[in-house]
Amino acid sequence: MHATRRELLAGAGALCGATCLALRPSQATPDTLRAAIKKVVGNAEVGKGKISMDIPALVENGNVVPLSIAVDSPMTPANYVKAIHIFNEKNPQPNVIDIKLGPRAGKAVVTTRIRLSTAQKVVAIAEMSDGSFWSESVDVIVTLAACLEGTLGETQ
Amino acid sequence: MARPLINVPRKAKRGEVIEIKTLISHIMETGFRTNQMGALVPRDIITLFTCEYDGEEIFRAELHQAVSANPFITFFTTATNSGTMTFKWTGDNNFAVTETASITVE
Repeated sequence: MHATRRELLAGAGALCGATCLALRPSQATPDTLRAAIKKVVGNAEVGKGKISMDIPALVENGNVVPLSIAVDSPMTPANYVKAIHIFNEKNPQPNVIDIKLGPRAGKAVVTTRIRLSTAQKVVAIAEMSDGSFWSESVDVIVTLAACLEGTLGETQ
Repeated sequence: MARPLINVPRKAKRGEVIEIKTLISHIMETGFRTNQMGALVPRDIITLFTCEYDGEEIFRAELHQAVSANPFITFFTTATNSGTMTFKWTGDNNFAVTETASITVE
């Protein structure tokens, strides 16, 4: 049985594509992001707002992206922010940081520095003491990606 | 060993909301990178950071690979009593660092 030149080329192309795909590191997808959020939120309804995210819209270096989260809350023993969760869409895994606060915080403001492997969405979820959840998301463009040293050769 | 840097105001008025800044030197190796031989570099990150004030936990953060090297975290707390704050970082490969800072509340 002789394969034609066209078939051979197509086969080689498919094979190459398959190996390239297999070699790429696992990447979080909107699905894994949704799953990670569901793990925190459960079946509760997530409202939009109450959170302000301070993150540059255009990032030159994905290794160090300053991120500041402020949640609108009086922070009294009766009404405070219990937790803040940060997620990303396209890093190899979806979690960034999970923070627990209490009424003693006085102010629900947290700052840190995160890594972003590519241009993507960053999502913040806040859990209030009354059990409600609030979310906010920001799209960030990254020009120099984080954690790509091992895969640069393939993507170019 | 990693040396943490902590910024806590030395004095505060009772009930004042104060900002606390922390920085610790740590590689935060993700476990997704490969070395020159193509082998995966094993994960080595700080997984947990906590802050206790007056023996009560006031802040806790679970860190993942997506936190930058040399984790920098700032947060707020209400100055209640003079005392010490205890900061703890723990992570992979038995990483554990504890640092304290004292505050005078008037």
